[in-house]
Amino acid sequence: MSNALNQDAENGPVMAADGTPLKRSLARALRRQKGRALLLIAPLLIFVLVTFIVPIGSMLFRSVENDIVANTLPDTVQRLASWDATSGELPAEGVYEAMYYDLFVAAEAKRHTRLGSRLNYEESGISSLFRQSGRKIDDLAKDATKALESAVPAFKDGETWYALMNAGNDEANSGLLSAMRGRIGRLNDSSASGDMDFAPSALMADILPLTTRSYTEWAVYEATEEGRDPATRDPWELVPLALLQELKTADLSGLTGTRAELLTQAQAVNFDIPPYSEVLADIDPEWGTILPWETIQTHSSKYTAGYFLNAVDAQKTPEGYAWQPEDKQILLKLFGRTLIMSMIITCSCILLGYPVAWLLANLPTAKANLLMILVLLPFWTSLLVRTSAWKVMLQQQGVINDVLVWLGLVDDANRLIMINNQFGTIVAMTHILLPFMILPMYSVMQTVPPSYLRAAKSLGATNWTAFWRVYFPQSIPGIGAGSILVFILSIGYYITPEIVGGTKGVFISNRIAYHISSSLNWGLAAALGSILLAVVLLLYWCYDRIVGIDNVKLG
Amino acid sequence: MNLMKTLLASSALTAAATVAFAQEMSNEMTIVSWGGAYQNSQLKAYVEPYVAMHPEVNVVWDESSNEAVAKLRAMNEAGNITWDLVDVVAADAIRLCDEGLAMEYDPDELLAPGDDGSSASDDFGDLIVSDCYIPQIVYSTTFGYRTDMVPEGVDAPSSICDVFDLEKYPGKRALEKRPINNMEWALLCDGVPKDQVYDVLATGEGQDQALAKLDTIKDSVVWWSAGADTPQLLADGEIFMGSTYNGRLYSVIEEQNQPVGMMWDAQVFDLDGWIIPAGLPDDKLARVKDFLKFATDTQRLADQAKYISYGPARASSAPKVPEDMKQHMPTDPANAANTFLYNYTFWADYRDDIDAKFQAWLAQ
Repeated sequence: MSNALNQDAENGPVMAADGTPLKRSLARALRRQKGRALLLIAPLLIFVLVTFIVPIGSMLFRSVENDIVANTLPDTVQRLASWDATSGELPAEGVYEAMYYDLFVAAEAKRHTRLGSRLNYEESGISSLFRQSGRKIDDLAKDATKALESAVPAFKDGETWYALMNAGNDEANSGLLSAMRGRIGRLNDSSASGDMDFAPSALMADILPLTTRSYTEWAVYEATEEGRDPATRDPWELVPLALLQELKTADLSGLTGTRAELLTQAQAVNFDIPPYSEVLADIDPEWGTILPWETIQTHSSKYTAGYFLNAVDAQKTPEGYAWQPEDKQILLKLFGRTLIMSMIITCSCILLGYPVAWLLANLPTAKANLLMILVLLPFWTSLLVRTSAWKVMLQQQGVINDVLVWLGLVDDANRLIMINNQFGTIVAMTHILLPFMILPMYSVMQTVPPSYLRAAKSLGATNWTAFWRVYFPQSIPGIGAGSILVFILSIGYYITPEIVGGTKGVFISNRIAYHISSSLNWGLAAALGSILLAVVLLLYWCYDRIVGIDNVKLG
Repeated sequence: MNLMKTLLASSALTAAATVAFAQEMSNEMTIVSWGGAYQNSQLKAYVEPYVAMHPEVNVVWDESSNEAVAKLRAMNEAGNITWDLVDVVAADAIRLCDEGLAMEYDPDELLAPGDDGSSASDDFGDLIVSDCYIPQIVYSTTFGYRTDMVPEGVDAPSSICDVFDLEKYPGKRALEKRPINNMEWALLCDGVPKDQVYDVLATGEGQDQALAKLDTIKDSVVWWSAGADTPQLLADGEIFMGSTYNGRLYSVIEEQNQPVGMMWDAQVFDLDGWIIPAGLPDDKLARVKDFLKFATDTQRLADQAKYISYGPARASSAPKVPEDMKQHMPTDPANAANTFLYNYTFWADYRDDIDAKFQAWLAQ
């Protein structure tokens, strides 16, 4: 017995009081503890997730998202896929037909102009092409409707159409219905899943596929987007057009009863449908050129690298990737300028902030407090007020120039230009960001015991050696923390460069703001933002490699 | 028992009344405008009179017109639109309409006919530049100059090309930091006839030509981005001349008595007006429609001109503008001898393209 116990203690697992191995029981206890800790921080974690990670994630996603083209013109995109843009020939007639039908539906749902603005980012002029075409797209369909209704008045009635297309007692084509639900849902960014009292007849879908499809498209739109019952309403004019087009070749022998009667009457209607390439070219001659088709084809994929390419002054063309024309290249230059100027601002903050922080840490408390207030006072003043104050100071008729002229240092005719350029931005931003440098430096310097300096001096060091070899190395973590703060803040600065930067002192964030609020090219803005984020992370990683992030202290 | 009945009856009545009312019109209306003197003119000319007629209405102002397009798009994506009526310039209205963020309307149904009997669509005429746009006023972007900085022995500047003449009129100029207007003025002064400006500007060579003309004064230009910049720069004597909205110059000249003169040559007309956000609930929409019918009628638009020097968008309002304000209107015949009509659809198409070129040129 004692032998066995010994053996156990030596070789087997140690048991806890309840008989489970101690290791497992310990792990369980730790896990429980971790779970409890996790629960404690859960509110914070959820908050950070919702307000920080999710927005950044959605921003990153927006920079590659491009499903609007395929969602608005699904058929056209599909048929256009086999067309070779570089062949110099226009797309086939089928593409034009698909475009007419897609564009009609898009115009009904008022999504065509949205697609126009998206494609206009790639090719100027497309936005009004879509806007104008949307206005005129229903002309032909209206004529067709008139012709059909005057020949067979029964078609004026929405119920006639419903009886014709609805499955009723015969077999339904549920595949078509759910396909159209998906199509309308994607078009409108909705689920298009509401209840509806309609199912397309499988028989009709066989004999008149395009008409049934168009009617189903409309019925789904009517029921799910507008909330109206399709049974009593007139369909889009597109449906009569599709019917007249298909009846020219359709074989109606499989039909009986009212359906056969109605359609045979309709078959007798003489309505001439010109080729859709002519119809579209009539609406806007631009459709008769390669350019819009090329643009649609090049940018039809669901995800695109286009925005990122634009963000680095490149573009996607039918032949592959290429640089933007030289006179439109600006973004890379702005990225470079943002980085360089942020570094200059960080350096001048270090130079100006270090002595102040040293004074703060070494003066007697009463004086240090006063100095601290002087540091914090501008920190508490509104950013706009401080920036505008710099405008008053630096402009040509401003305070500094006036004083210099009064002193006779500067000629009145040649006043210094200190604003609306890089100098203005650097001065104003250094001033604004200085507290972010001073405060971490100060809190680190406070922890450096003064006795170290005294000890160095008593061992024979000069003032300079004592400072450089003993004090300075201990204050480096403060510099590191301050530099990271200032650099990252200044890289994303927007309002100060906008006000005092003129043309040469603006940052990449000013372009991001332009694309967010003026041009509404959010994809490009997101791509620019993502690149900026990546650059900051990269620099952070380099900093960690070179200096070591453990060397950063905020106090 | 009696008391109980009365109570029940009255609460039922109240409930019925609230329901009936809620179906009709909302009593809260959030109006988005520009703030400052312009918003004040709207408040005085029609919001205060309307509230006096309907004391139950509570109007909330949001001074966000500057970024209305971006904000409206964000609200739409979030599925929660908190604005009822938004004041925007024409270019933004076209954009909002294109994006499906603004509601299309029928002028003759929504707006009151002119008091001279003309229908609303005739009365506003061509100024309804988009199916979603309800114009209020015509303003112009034009130049102001310091009268005390005109060189001796030289006439005050009177032609748009004086902006490009650094020899005759030395000194700094303020231009807006965007291609719109500047490119047109540059081409006009580079010998392009007025009716061909946009055809030329649609080509790459035309854009280069405009930038080359701007290049001749680039070193003397201060670029502004807020409407208040030029008046401030003029008042400080920082610049000799600068472009801005005519109403801003009016207040510098008439209200602050600065030595500033107006140069109306080749002023560019633009519009400001309302759009109704798409997808408003019925009760809100009913209130907005009721307000709009009142706020855009002949008298109200003429009243607005009492408070700000912008011309009413209705033809029938023009005769009702107060005499002393007429001379400050951009539409006054003396001021409108040579005007330039800003082409909205051209800029809707080419803005991004030309802006990229323009910014690259600025950064050189």
